[in-house]
Amino acid sequence: MISPMPECDLLVVGAGPAGVAAATVAAERGRAVLLLDDTPWLGGQIWRGEQQKPTNAQAQTWLNRLARSGVRIIGEARMVGLEGPGRYVIETPDHHWTIQPKALVLATGARELFLPFPGWTLPGILGAGGLQTLVKTGWPIEGQRVVVAGSGPLLLAVAAGLKKAGANVVGLFEQASPASLARFGTQLIAHPDKIGQAFGLRRQLAGVPYKLGWWPVRAEGVNQVERLVLTSGRQTLTVDCDAVACGFGLVPSLELPTLLGCLLDGEAVAVDAGQQTSVQGIFAAGELTGIGGNDKALVEGQVASLTAIGEHAAVFPLHRSRNGWRNFARALGKTFKPRPELLKLAEPQTIVCRCEDVTYSQLSGYTSWRDAKLQTRCGMGPCQGRICGAATRQLFGWGMESVRPPVLAARVASLIPSDERI
Amino acid sequence: MSQTPDVIVLGAGIVGAACARSCAQAGLSVLVLDRGPIGGGTTAAGMGHLVVMDDSEAQFALTSRSCQLWQELRAELPEDVEYDNCGTLWVAADDEEMAEVDRKARFYQERGVAVEILDAAGVASSEPELRPGLAGGLRVPADAVIYPPCAAAYLLADARRKGGRVEMDCNAGVAAIEGPGSVRLTSGRQIQGGIVVVAAGALTPLLVPGLPIKKRKGHLVITDRYPGFAHHQIVELGYLKSAHATQADSVAFNIQPRKTGQMLIGSSRQYNAEGTEVEPHLLGRMLKRAESYMPRIGQLSALRVWTGHRAATPDKLPIIGPVPGNDRTWIASGHEGLGITTSLATAEILVDRLMGRNPAIPAAPYDPARFEHAAKEPTHA
Ligand SMILES: Cc1cc2nc3c(=O)[nH]c(=O)nc-3n(C[C@H](O)[C@H](O)[C@H](O)COP(=O)(O)OP(=O)(O)OC[C@H]3O[C@@H](n4cnc5c(N)ncnc54)[C@H](O)[C@@H]3O)c2cc1C
Ligand SMILES: Cc1cc2nc3c(=O)[nH]c(=O)nc-3n(C[C@H](O)[C@H](O)[C@H](O)COP(=O)(O)OP(=O)(O)OC[C@H]3O[C@@H](n4cnc5c(N)ncnc54)[C@H](O)[C@@H]3O)c2cc1C
Repeated sequence: MISPMPECDLLVVGAGPAGVAAATVAAERGRAVLLLDDTPWLGGQIWRGEQQKPTNAQAQTWLNRLARSGVRIIGEARMVGLEGPGRYVIETPDHHWTIQPKALVLATGARELFLPFPGWTLPGILGAGGLQTLVKTGWPIEGQRVVVAGSGPLLLAVAAGLKKAGANVVGLFEQASPASLARFGTQLIAHPDKIGQAFGLRRQLAGVPYKLGWWPVRAEGVNQVERLVLTSGRQTLTVDCDAVACGFGLVPSLELPTLLGCLLDGEAVAVDAGQQTSVQGIFAAGELTGIGGNDKALVEGQVASLTAIGEHAAVFPLHRSRNGWRNFARALGKTFKPRPELLKLAEPQTIVCRCEDVTYSQLSGYTSWRDAKLQTRCGMGPCQGRICGAATRQLFGWGMESVRPPVLAARVASLIPSDERI
Repeated sequence: MSQTPDVIVLGAGIVGAACARSCAQAGLSVLVLDRGPIGGGTTAAGMGHLVVMDDSEAQFALTSRSCQLWQELRAELPEDVEYDNCGTLWVAADDEEMAEVDRKARFYQERGVAVEILDAAGVASSEPELRPGLAGGLRVPADAVIYPPCAAAYLLADARRKGGRVEMDCNAGVAAIEGPGSVRLTSGRQIQGGIVVVAAGALTPLLVPGLPIKKRKGHLVITDRYPGFAHHQIVELGYLKSAHATQADSVAFNIQPRKTGQMLIGSSRQYNAEGTEVEPHLLGRMLKRAESYMPRIGQLSALRVWTGHRAATPDKLPIIGPVPGNDRTWIASGHEGLGITTSLATAEILVDRLMGRNPAIPAAPYDPARFEHAAKEPTHA
């Protein structure tokens, strides 16, 4: 298909807070900007649904600025690979096309980390963020007994959201220890907004039992989850429920940057002071460069974009705030790091790779992800290791694998370059 | 290994695994060295089509003997090897290719391979996703498909289970073969064995300089699960023409249904392409070719694309036997696009020669010494 925009000054992939901010500030300065998102919506994970039902002032401010800025927005458009240097392949539900931007900002966000425990694949057990997203888009949760368990500030937001939607949140269990959170509390003083947010959420969660230093060990039920067994290391507790929202934190979605050759720094994309990756002309912002939430995403998106279009003077005032949020992200990572006990929950028969039904015992004994993958098909299913890959890195200490196109499952037709079609 | 192994096998691909197993079955002690996991080289990148071929008498002899050996193993292959007796369907697009179907059918029938000639309606009804208007095809029902990395692991495990003395080190990069029966690892360690069998696939020339093996790159695409989209391994007969084009980059339509319901789509052939990166234009040509045979293929969801290097020789036959003038370095390499198929017969020939037995099929066409004489013309243009 003919490209709707064969060239542009800036291409932004991902329309969460980082991408929205990046696209907006460049277009406000007169640049030709294209913003893509895999979903039909703007707002990414946190602002999902804001377009239809405004609830968040910050989201509304940015979405309004975006609407006025002149950014060209295409939904249901995903970047799946590249066809040549600087020439990217975009897939939409019916077509695919290529684009050659002067600069590229990657803002593809993060996904949840799941760590397998016995019973975690029972129907009714969902990712915490995943369940939240479902609820935001109308999933019936009213009156259901939901346990929220795992790690990270996202659990609070999820529990509050579920409660608001009418769920009976029967317990909120954070695996991080009270001591670890107290240390984090001191760090929060440097981030007044976050404290407000955290307290605001605590108020919304009034009446919900909230326990620190507890984690799930087993889920039970016949055709669907009926109860969750948790432990604090010394005591155990069984909670009856209809659903479990479970997540052990977020991990950046690294496939696209890795495919494009961007170097990593641990589990995040390495960037310089201007958010430029190791590849000239490719920038990264938001969760990709380290999990830190939407404020970090907003400021990084602006820094990335302004650097990319050469507006260095405008970047300067943002550095302080950006550095602050980066420190916050580091503290967040330390505080909510999964405790070692979580890596020992899986029993021999516990499924680790859901797509291919590969169990924990089948995976033990291999020395690398590649070895295990070749012999057990772990990570070879439709999700291509996007879920079990992060889990096995934690469980077995295996390294990251090289990335192969397409980044997301793409239609075969999208892999045929346009000039081969003539 | 406490004592000096009788045989050191370099490479734990399907060929090295098969050789190790045959050596162990002959009572030899074996040490297998690889720098990576079992079957992690080209064996992980190939299609796993077990196919009888008719390019030359020697190729037929090796592939048919090997397919026979796979069939004998079939009953004991574990589930994860995914042996699937789906058969091959060679499709003819026009009358010229239909003439090739007749020739091919005669060739196979004269040599006792069961085949079935299909007319246009026959092809259409056996594979409804093929485009209408194809001239016909040839079905070879005994051909099959396996999952190669698990097959390689099985061959090694099988040798051990039956009491064979096989040891393995999958963290052993080999730097060089130094002196008779001796190898030096990249770590500096020296290992002494009786003889060395080099089964290092496309990397063999790095260990045995001067062997006429060239890398020939190929691309494959794996899709999500579409059970029933194809029933046979389907190969276009234009394949013969393009596989024969020995220099230019070529593509041919080739699709393989996996037991999982996934479709594996190939394939391309390229010389002078050392890197493993996916090349969008060649990949595009390959998929366009596939789409021209199966119009709905473009709508399937592709999960992943990868590449691999075949070990190509000038006469399209593998190299099996001792290096001329050095009877303690043996070669089992150069299998181009057929190493999964021919691994078992390769191992059989190698060990029969090693033990001074009479091989089941004549071994001369694969002998390394054939390249000693002035560069021979390929058997087929
Ligand atoms: C499931 C989930 C729920 C969350 N809920 C909350 C919450 O309630 N509160 C909170 O404070 N934080 C939440 N977070 C944390 C959230 O990541 C950050 O707060 C913030 O949204 C990060 O912004 P971002 O712009 O970096 O990424 P995101 O908001 O994640 O945006 C990334 C966008 O990129 C798109 N995308 C990805 N790959 C491609 C591609 N190849 N082509 C095109 N588009 C692509 C995605 O569709 C997505 O819209 C959640 C995270 C997850 C994973
Ligand atoms: C796209 C494609 C499709 C194919 N389809 C088919 C098919 O359908 N049917 C078929 O029969 N064949 C097919 N093939 C061919 C088949 O895959 C190969 O012939 C076969 O895998 C070769 O096996 P091997 O053991 O010789 O080599 P490899 O599998 O490459 O094994 C060699 C091993 O040696 C190791 N090694 C190399 N050098 C060193 C060193 N210095 N030190 C330590 N270890 C070393 C490597 O790590 C590797 O594990 C295909 C090939 C490709 C590329």
